[in-house]
Amino acid sequence: MVAGGFGVGKTTFVGAVSEINPLRTEAVMTSASAGIDDLTHTGDKTTTTVAMDFGRITLDQDLILYLFGTPGQDRFWFMWDDLVRGAIGAIVLVDTRRLADCFPAVDYFENSGLPFVIALNGFDGNQPYQPDEVREALQIGPDTPIITTDARHRADAKSALITLVEHALMARLR
Amino acid sequence: MATPPGGPSSGDWSYGPAQGSHDGSANRYNFPSAPSHRQPYAPQGPGPSPYDQPPAPRIQPVQPQRRPEPAPAASANNPLVRPYAMTGGRTRPRYQLAIEALVHTTAAPHQMQGQLPEHQRICNLCREIKSVAEISALLTIPLGVARILVADLAEAGLVAIHQPGGDENAGGQPDVTLLERVLSGLRKL
Repeated sequence: MVAGGFGVGKTTFVGAVSEINPLRTEAVMTSASAGIDDLTHTGDKTTTTVAMDFGRITLDQDLILYLFGTPGQDRFWFMWDDLVRGAIGAIVLVDTRRLADCFPAVDYFENSGLPFVIALNGFDGNQPYQPDEVREALQIGPDTPIITTDARHRADAKSALITLVEHALMARLR
Repeated sequence: MATPPGGPSSGDWSYGPAQGSHDGSANRYNFPSAPSHRQPYAPQGPGPSPYDQPPAPRIQPVQPQRRPEPAPAASANNPLVRPYAMTGGRTRPRYQLAIEALVHTTAAPHQMQGQLPEHQRICNLCREIKSVAEISALLTIPLGVARILVADLAEAGLVAIHQPGGDENAGGQPDVTLLERVLSGLRKL
């Protein structure tokens, strides 16, 4: 899973390593009228569409890794619950200029127990803060890796994924 | 998914503020009008008056939107098929499909005759293996609908489904062997 606040670069990150252009799947949420009322003709806000971008990487003949960008609006926790099941882990992308945007994601993964790493996405190639400063600001334990990345670059995104899987593996073996 | 948690298509939560919900099902949606939200306010008030007024206005934004919309306007000028029309009104698949579950068509072309168009589209797409998420995205059908349609096809024996492996003891998390394979695969990229 690739999580983080709005506009932090989730889809960019997915697109950087995915072998396909990121695809978008949508779930239609409705108050209670599914199957009865017209869901596509929304004069009023009785339905909400939750969009999720995702990509895929074929790792082997019989092994495909899917990267799901979580829906930006963190109130759609139920979608996250769905994704967490069977997930290897999560990369929480952080824009250090808007640190608070990542709080909901960090809280969520801490509570769910899914292994996660924090990836500081340097906009315009800048990394104004050191990982240790961010660790202190976010009150993240020493076990959770914090790395810097550039979501636009394939090598960076790949390396972030490797860090995550290594971390998940360590967590399982511990 | 498209299903509100716990409440499928029944949609029987009360429209009218006056009739009150018999089973408290409205609470699931966290509407301020739900009885349990009102109660905590009641005892602490100095007098009855301040808490008599709020409920009515707070209910209104939710209620009136529903009635005017449905039948007349929609059927006239809406070009799209309603998503859940394809599923016969069902909002839940017969069994839970993971979003990343892989689908592969096993049906021979002649078996597709007489199937619903949506089922045929899925079968054509999945001649090459695809995930449920890809089916939803590539055919632009909502995820919840895609899940139901794929489950139908699986039940009819027209597609094979590969649910992602996982360690049941660890809440469906991937096992160590799988993680190692993913890691080595990523390093080889």
